[in-house]
Amino acid sequence: MNIDQIKKEFPIFDNKVQNNDLVYLDSANSSQKPRIVIDRIYDFYSKEFSNVGRSVHYLAVAATNLYEQTRTSVQKYINASDKNEIVFTKGATEAINLVANTFGQKYLDEGDEVLITELEHHSNYVPWHFLRKSKKINIEFAEVNDQGEVTLEEIKKKITDRTKIICVTHLSNVTGAILPIKEIVNFAHSKGIPVLVDGCQGAPHLKLDMQDLDCDFYAISGHKMYGPTGIGVLYAKKKWLEDLPPYQGGGGMIREVKKKGISYGELPNKYEAGTMATAQVIAFNESIKFLEKIGIENIEKHEKELLDYAVELLGKNNSVNIIGNPKNKGGVISFTIEGIHPHDIATILDEDGVAIRAGHHCCQILHEKLGLPATARASFGVYNTIDDIDQLNKSINNCKKIFNLK
Amino acid sequence: MNLKELYQEIILEHGKNPRNLRKTDNFTRDAKGNNPLCGDNVHIYLKLNNNNKVEDISFEGSGCAITMASASIMTDLVRGKEEKEVKEIVTDFLNMIKEKDELSTQLLNEDEKTKLMCLSGVKQYPMRVKCATLSWHTLTSAMNNSQEIASTED
Repeated sequence: MNIDQIKKEFPIFDNKVQNNDLVYLDSANSSQKPRIVIDRIYDFYSKEFSNVGRSVHYLAVAATNLYEQTRTSVQKYINASDKNEIVFTKGATEAINLVANTFGQKYLDEGDEVLITELEHHSNYVPWHFLRKSKKINIEFAEVNDQGEVTLEEIKKKITDRTKIICVTHLSNVTGAILPIKEIVNFAHSKGIPVLVDGCQGAPHLKLDMQDLDCDFYAISGHKMYGPTGIGVLYAKKKWLEDLPPYQGGGGMIREVKKKGISYGELPNKYEAGTMATAQVIAFNESIKFLEKIGIENIEKHEKELLDYAVELLGKNNSVNIIGNPKNKGGVISFTIEGIHPHDIATILDEDGVAIRAGHHCCQILHEKLGLPATARASFGVYNTIDDIDQLNKSINNCKKIFNLK
Repeated sequence: MNLKELYQEIILEHGKNPRNLRKTDNFTRDAKGNNPLCGDNVHIYLKLNNNNKVEDISFEGSGCAITMASASIMTDLVRGKEEKEVKEIVTDFLNMIKEKDELSTQLLNEDEKTKLMCLSGVKQYPMRVKCATLSWHTLTSAMNNSQEIASTED
């Protein structure tokens, strides 16, 4: 595949950022958007806009069809067995909150355990923490090892007869570790425990097959997949969506509303209350098409090349310390430089147009474990090049020069 | 802008070798402050004598070069000042970082003001302003004898 050609599809790279070419290494935070996605939002609002699922006029029917087409695209893209297993949310955060809230309501009681890992993003911890308060449940943490991984063995060790659900990230947004989801799911199911996967970093970078993974819930963020903000997906097995109570109440999710009682709508409407992010959902279809056009296998291969090159180059750079060394790693490198705080690194790199993230990346539990208040993080997307990595290394050297480091 | 205005030699030097990075014996007041988002934290120790003058001031903590340099320069400048003078300097500094072009207090000499103005480079980096102001807000808490430790999730 031709990266220069692909990069041209992203208008953000047409313009200078503070007089520099943009070296965007913050895709784990949010990816840039290809022109087709941006144009789709404009076109929909300009020529096709109407609310979905309500009215019978031409535009409403057309918009509803477009909205449902995205659902079918997502279903095919992640190989879910039924299109009604795809629920649109405002993001992966809402997808996890939906499960924590509804599963918690129905299946969690005092003393029950939710097993998560030390790698989890706050969005796969805080929603469960709410249940500590309201239901007096316990949260157990599978520990991260020295390589920055969480192993199947560690998960097995932490399962007890009170474990009611296991919630794990597919790909760590700090160490880049790819967890053995299929094996975890297999083992959990042998104990009758459902598994939720936080797929924020998995979905944009790995080939997904829900029927093969066999997880019960998989949360996806649209804006990390070259899609618009304000849109996410909860994949859930149909049996769960039928079994669990509704999440939010309002228009669209009901069947019949009477003074004495209310019945809820069929799937997928049951979980999509109120007017959804219609334009974003419709534009998200273009993100899926964009990913399909390039092919996720090609993206995986490209990002692996970038990663290997970056690990080698930064590994040779004195005083750069890469966090974690997982056997199976995605395109994320968190690092520290002895003697320079990550925020100073990020500010100095920014001067060269190199956009990275500094901080705890919404993973305070992991940073506490690592004994680091913050790290710097470079993360890759389909548009990154070897030149970007070279510039990263060059800017790191400039940073060291400013701080008088060798 | 430029980076050179933010990372002046004096900032880098104070950041690398912060003054008063220790704990005052028999301190009379103290306060903790943190920026959870950055992971920066400082603990200010203050010893006021009977005339309410700062006999000693020190700090412990960790953070970026800006955070450490700001705490270092601040602790140097307020030693020997009276309580109300310290408050005036803090207010003047925070106003300068927020909106004003210069410091207006008469309590600092030109050299001292020049040193403080080195921190004004953060104005062009809104995300970094809190690094420069963390120790100053924490000093205010210590002066007010606020026992409130920066909030943590319970």
